[in-house]
Amino acid sequence: MTDRSVVHAMFRIERTYPVPPARVFAAWASLEEKARWFDGPEGFECYERSMDFRTGGAERLWGKHPGGRVSDFRAHYFEVIPDARIIYGYDMHVDGTRISVSLATVEFQPEGQGARLVMTEQGAFLDGYDDAGSREEGTGWLLDKLGAVLAA
Amino acid sequence: MSEDLDSLFQALADPTRRAIVERLSRGPASVSDLARPFHMSLPAVVQHLAVLEAAGVVASEKAGRVRTCRIEPAALSRAEQWIHERRTAWEQRLDRLGAYLAANPKSDPGEPT
Repeated sequence: MTDRSVVHAMFRIERTYPVPPARVFAAWASLEEKARWFDGPEGFECYERSMDFRTGGAERLWGKHPGGRVSDFRAHYFEVIPDARIIYGYDMHVDGTRISVSLATVEFQPEGQGARLVMTEQGAFLDGYDDAGSREEGTGWLLDKLGAVLAA
Repeated sequence: MSEDLDSLFQALADPTRRAIVERLSRGPASVSDLARPFHMSLPAVVQHLAVLEAAGVVASEKAGRVRTCRIEPAALSRAEQWIHERRTAWEQRLDRLGAYLAANPKSDPGEPT
C-alpha cells in the first residue's frame, strides 16, 4: 500500500426502459425505491444506508460483503435536475482504504414511449489496490461473463 | 480493450482450453503434463496453448527441452479488473432497475412523482 499510483478509467452504460424518464428518475430519487435495485452482492450485510437526494446532498452505503470485506460508498450530489440528470462524486473504501474516487453522470432521456438511461463513470483508481478478495471477484466476474457468453 | 476481451472469451470458449486453464490454476505444468489427461497429441496441446498465450491467459517458458506453462495473472490488469467489476455491478443494477420498473410501472403510492 506504500506504492502511490493512479490509473484513470471511464465506462459508459446505456439502457432503455418502457416507462417515462420521470418514472426512472423516481427510482433513483427515493431511498426506498433505490434500495430495491442498488445493493451490494447477494449476502451483503448493510451497516448503514442513507440518502439526501438533492443538489449538495449526500449518500452512503456501508456494509460487509459475504467474503468479509467491508465496503463504504460515500457520494456527494453535485447536481440533481428532476427527470433529466444526476451528477455525483463518490469515493469507495474497502476495509478502511480508499480505493477509488469517481464522478458519475446519469442522464434520463425520453425515447419513444419510454426512457433511455445513460450512465457514465469516470474514476481514479488508487495505489494499485489489490487483494485476494477483489481478485476473486474479478475472476468470478470473468467466469460469470463467460457463462453468459456460452449460454447465449 | 474489447478486442482483448473478445480473444479472451474465444480462448476460454473451448472446453479443452478451459480444462487446461483449470489445471494451470492449480500450478505450473509442462506441456507433456498438460497433454496427458486429455489423450491429445503434443502438437494439438501446443496449438491450444498458443491460443491461450495469444489471449494473455497463459505464459510459458522453455528451460532446456521442457516448456513450462503457468497462468498469467495479469490477464486482466488491475485497472481493467476494477473497471469490469464496476461496470458489471452497474449493468446488474440497471437490469435490476429494469425489472423493478417493469413490476412497478407507476411510482409507489405516497412517493412524490
